[in-house]
Amino acid sequence: MSGMDWIVPVILTVITAATPLVFAGIGELITEKSGVLNLGVEGMMVVGAVTAFVTATVTGSYILAVLAAALSGAFMAFLFGILTLSLMANQVATGLALTLFGVGLSALIGQDFVGVPVDAIAKLNIPGLSDLPVVGPIIFGQDPLVYLSLVIVALVSWFLYKTKAGLILRAVGDSHDAAHSIGYSVIGIRYLAVMFGGAMSGIGGAYLSLAYTPMWAENMTAGRGWIALALIVFATWKPGLVLIGAYMFGGITILQLHAQAAGLDLPSQILSMLPYVATVVVLVLISKDESRIRKHAPACIGKIFHPAA
Amino acid sequence: MVYLTPLLALLLTVLTSTIVFSLLGVNPLEALENFFIKPIDNQYGATELLVKATPLILCAIGLSVGFRANVWNIGAEGQLTMGAIIGGGVFIYLHDVESVLLLPAMILMGAAGGALWAAIPAFLKTRFNANEILTSLMLVYVAILVLSLLVHGPWRDPDGFNFPESRTFSESATMPILMEGTRLHFGTIIALLAVFGTWIMLSKTLVGFQVKVIGAAPKAGSYAGFSQKKIIWFCLLFGGAMAGLAGVSEVSGPVGQLLPSISPGYGFTAIIVAFLGRLHPVGIIFAGLLMALTYLGGETAQINLGLPVAVTGVFQGMVLFYLLACDVLVNYRFKMVRFGKAAS
Repeated sequence: MSGMDWIVPVILTVITAATPLVFAGIGELITEKSGVLNLGVEGMMVVGAVTAFVTATVTGSYILAVLAAALSGAFMAFLFGILTLSLMANQVATGLALTLFGVGLSALIGQDFVGVPVDAIAKLNIPGLSDLPVVGPIIFGQDPLVYLSLVIVALVSWFLYKTKAGLILRAVGDSHDAAHSIGYSVIGIRYLAVMFGGAMSGIGGAYLSLAYTPMWAENMTAGRGWIALALIVFATWKPGLVLIGAYMFGGITILQLHAQAAGLDLPSQILSMLPYVATVVVLVLISKDESRIRKHAPACIGKIFHPAA
Repeated sequence: MVYLTPLLALLLTVLTSTIVFSLLGVNPLEALENFFIKPIDNQYGATELLVKATPLILCAIGLSVGFRANVWNIGAEGQLTMGAIIGGGVFIYLHDVESVLLLPAMILMGAAGGALWAAIPAFLKTRFNANEILTSLMLVYVAILVLSLLVHGPWRDPDGFNFPESRTFSESATMPILMEGTRLHFGTIIALLAVFGTWIMLSKTLVGFQVKVIGAAPKAGSYAGFSQKKIIWFCLLFGGAMAGLAGVSEVSGPVGQLLPSISPGYGFTAIIVAFLGRLHPVGIIFAGLLMALTYLGGETAQINLGLPVAVTGVFQGMVLFYLLACDVLVNYRFKMVRFGKAAS
């Protein structure tokens, strides 16, 4: 057993690095399934991160903090919805605008909170179970958001493939004209999907500022929102694969921490590049097969819906 | 309408910012004066505006060509960084050379460095169908880490007390100053030439025509035999070269050496500049000046009123938001319809 001591801490850090990606990825998955491409994930995450952090320091309540992060993300997504769904603006440009705006806004909100310490969200501690070797800390010793992320992936999977509402959502994403002609409110459904995506991105951001690194720093999402977007292509729009992908990326992200501890003599910058380079490599491997992407991507993704009057 | 909406967007942004300023406990009129008038009410301020607008205009002019053809290169910040690295690298290796050719060589290599960095998403897009939005953005982080690696390691100034910065660029590696006592430098001329050249390219050459056709009607483009892949390559290489020029003109201009951080996000703000300028070369000049003013205004407002610098970012994001919202007026015509009488 003693030679394997490093495994448990490695798994624990992989989980913390992966959880924000799980939230952001699963939220954007629902958005994209409804036929909307929101490139503002990074902006919604960073606003969620600052909102959660400020709420937690001011009120001391982590539940309120996570709720506030979800609301702020959903509100950002609502702005995106007004522009792309109601005013029919280009989704790519609007998503970029959302990210640029979110980065600026979060810096403004968080300026007085840089360097303020908070405690990380408490981990679950079930006497007896959490003390078990190996499985104790991994299965019974996570913080509540980790469990929440897993529950949400399961719920989204069930919702998409086992409920009528999920079928309608997919119909809207695959053929908005058909969905419209049989009486579904394409715009209304898309608003809900986009706002769910925003709320999840917000919680993903909250996880960064309350659990992964309990602090606030400008731009602390460091491209994770974009990695989450790549994750969805990697997962070919399937919830289960989003989860697996997020844990893979989490593993790559923490490689740098443990490579140095293991005495690997590489400059820290090279190791920090890994998640970004890995994202590019994965995108290439998946996108190579054009027909596979076409088969799985929602057919109406990025297209403006303008019902014939 | 196409050219009115940017003004409308600006007006809405100013109105919204007055609310934001009031919320921050600052007299809105005073804030606006500090943001838009004070920074440029003197000669030095006016030249600083051009200094800040130069990299914005260079990056935006490059991006605008891609955006016209629906090639979404959003990695200008990385291409700018790579231009600074390769262009600045020429000096690092030839630092004891005093030659009039040193600066031109740096400028050329800077453009090449930016183009090289943009060639990666171009290759991955045309060969493997990988989304250029995501790949170009991921490469921003990689480029910034490469710069950090170099200035912390091999390129660190040997006499620099271990600070992570390169040696300061020598006289012959520095952009000539255009006006005594200011920081206005030759890079601004390069930017204006680039704008003019792009205008000619878009309006008078076949490749410019192909860019516009493929952007407006891809199917018509392929029917006419225009190669989509060729245009993707062209747009990315061109955008990368322009951003690379911006990078090298920054480090051999106002920055004067290689530092871990050489740009306050010019490559990202340039996306806003490109849209606000309606992807048109002349519009981009005006939009570039305006966005440059928000950088200066943010600094002035911070000094005089204690406003956070982050206001600049919010302001920039808001302009683009409002612009995209106002574009509904360009793309669609509103019609009052009475209930029951619709659908004619």
